[in-house]
Amino acid sequence: MSSLQSTTEEVMRLAAEHFKVPPEQLTPDDDFFKKLGINSLQALDLLTRIEHHFKIELPDYELQGVSDFRTLAERIQTRL
Amino acid sequence: MLDLREYQSLGEALRAALERWPDEICLMEADRDREKVRLTYRQFKEAALPLASALQDAELGSGTRAAIIMTNQSKWLISAYAIFFCGGILVPLDYKLPAAEQLQLLAHSKVEFLIVEYHLWRAIMQTDGFKNLAARVVLVTEAPSGADLGGAKRWEEFNSEREPEFVPRGRQEAACIVYSSGTGGRPKGCVLTHENYLEQCMALTSLYPFSPGVRYLSILPTNHAIDFMIGFIGPFTCGAAVVHLRTLRPEFIREAFRRYKITYMTLVPMVLKSLERGLRQRFAELPKGRRTVLNTLIKTNRALTRRKPNMKLSRTLLPQVHDAFGGELRAFFVGGAFTEPATLQFFYDLGIPVGNGYGCTEAGTVITLNDFKPFRADTVGKPLPGIAVKIMNADAEGIGEVAVRSKTIMSKYLDDPEMTSQTIVDSWLMTGDLGRIDSTGHLQLFGRKKNMIVTEEGKNIYPEDIETAFEGLAVKEFCVFAANYLWPQRSMVDEQLVIVLHSEAGKTIDKDLLEDLAARNRRLTNYKRIHGYLAWDQDFPLTASMKIKRGELAEKIRGAVDRSAVAVL
Repeated sequence: MSSLQSTTEEVMRLAAEHFKVPPEQLTPDDDFFKKLGINSLQALDLLTRIEHHFKIELPDYELQGVSDFRTLAERIQTRL
Repeated sequence: MLDLREYQSLGEALRAALERWPDEICLMEADRDREKVRLTYRQFKEAALPLASALQDAELGSGTRAAIIMTNQSKWLISAYAIFFCGGILVPLDYKLPAAEQLQLLAHSKVEFLIVEYHLWRAIMQTDGFKNLAARVVLVTEAPSGADLGGAKRWEEFNSEREPEFVPRGRQEAACIVYSSGTGGRPKGCVLTHENYLEQCMALTSLYPFSPGVRYLSILPTNHAIDFMIGFIGPFTCGAAVVHLRTLRPEFIREAFRRYKITYMTLVPMVLKSLERGLRQRFAELPKGRRTVLNTLIKTNRALTRRKPNMKLSRTLLPQVHDAFGGELRAFFVGGAFTEPATLQFFYDLGIPVGNGYGCTEAGTVITLNDFKPFRADTVGKPLPGIAVKIMNADAEGIGEVAVRSKTIMSKYLDDPEMTSQTIVDSWLMTGDLGRIDSTGHLQLFGRKKNMIVTEEGKNIYPEDIETAFEGLAVKEFCVFAANYLWPQRSMVDEQLVIVLHSEAGKTIDKDLLEDLAARNRRLTNYKRIHGYLAWDQDFPLTASMKIKRGELAEKIRGAVDRSAVAVL
């Protein structure tokens, strides 16, 4: 199983790729809505990308109340 | 459709609908591409009555308050009907609120029953205020086997074989308590009567009649006033079907259109914009020749439907667009926030009219709606039948506060006569929105008079509600405002919140303070976050009870600085 740190890094890499921003600009505690300039629907797009990558299913509600990469990675980690 | 004049309550009307169309499909639920539920009106009744019976055994009776906190799914509607059947008052709460705020509203509404989805219940149980939850009976849906439910019961096992007794309610009695805001400061629990809903439903279905065979796609949560009316009461009292989709992912929405041959759908501007972006991108990717043909067909459709929509013609001219939406789509409805006219026109030109409306919970959901006679992208339509709209204290351009009078107006704010009397004046509901009625009777909106913002997701945010997140900031005092309230402008897009900071004497706004401010801001739900701060060096005007005189403070700020003084966080 991946560690939380590696999951967080993977999530940031996927986000950077998906929203076309330099990966070095992202940190685990970043507010991804603000940093990526996205709304909640675009964040769901990222969730879909993450699902395909980790081969898991994340209900929409897993994004509820989550706005930083680290917490998102924690939610993913419980389903790996 | 049912003649709703004959019914006294939502429970009575829904009960009649279940008898009237027993073999029609009324409800489907899909989780992504997996259909989980498909019920006829008879099966819906068979699912709801054992629950109603068990609720009655637990003494849910006339006027008992029962809350539902659930995502968009079939058990929401089944539970709501069971509550109405027993004569209960439904308190639909926003499942997206943090658990602590849900607990505040559960306490404010004094609910005795709570029906909640497992993952939401888990969050509530882990919240500080959980021990104070006063609900007598909690039913949890979809709990995994062996899960600790903290004394709650499983919804799926909570039923009784005894025939339940229908409990009648009067038209003027409360049907629902719907919170339009107020989790931080002063909860605004709109008490809506059975008459409010029955009248609203009659007005809406007179413009857009549903019937058996019509399929409505529901992606908004049913706690949202629009979905409750257009995605539950409306279709059910007309024998139509509701398709619940438990995700907002665009790929599954597209799939649902085709699979279920959707007729109508309601969305918020953010989702409509997303659909527009997707379509524009697909059009742009077409080879040049095909793109030119498509553009010509769109222009032709626009010219030929200028006076009124012509579905048959549009589907013939633009089959590829309409097939992508399942081929049966008649219209979208959009509400909850301001929609840009260009987006509305884009869809209209494709032959997909968007019923652009305006409303608020206090007015029983919808006040005005576009009737497509002809389509107008620059307005929010005309008042619905039975609803009177007037402009108060209009200026030279005819712009003033929108006031509404109709049988759909809420009876009061729960336990708040003072706010009720400020909001409903001589039976006119003061909306706090600024508008003008043009020569054809269409309402145009120009901004807000009240201190609040509406996000593109359709969320109403009142500054007072988020101030608790900043309590303890190292300043003498602070106050949150809607930027457009401080500096009025005739716009209803890109609304933002601003925090005004008054430092202690001799202190300035330093790095530590800004870091604390940013950290607190991050903890707020993303759509509630403040955009920037304004440094202010004078004492705030206060009432005798030491509350900030917001109007007076806003006036002082307005007179001293403009928007450029706001530093972005």
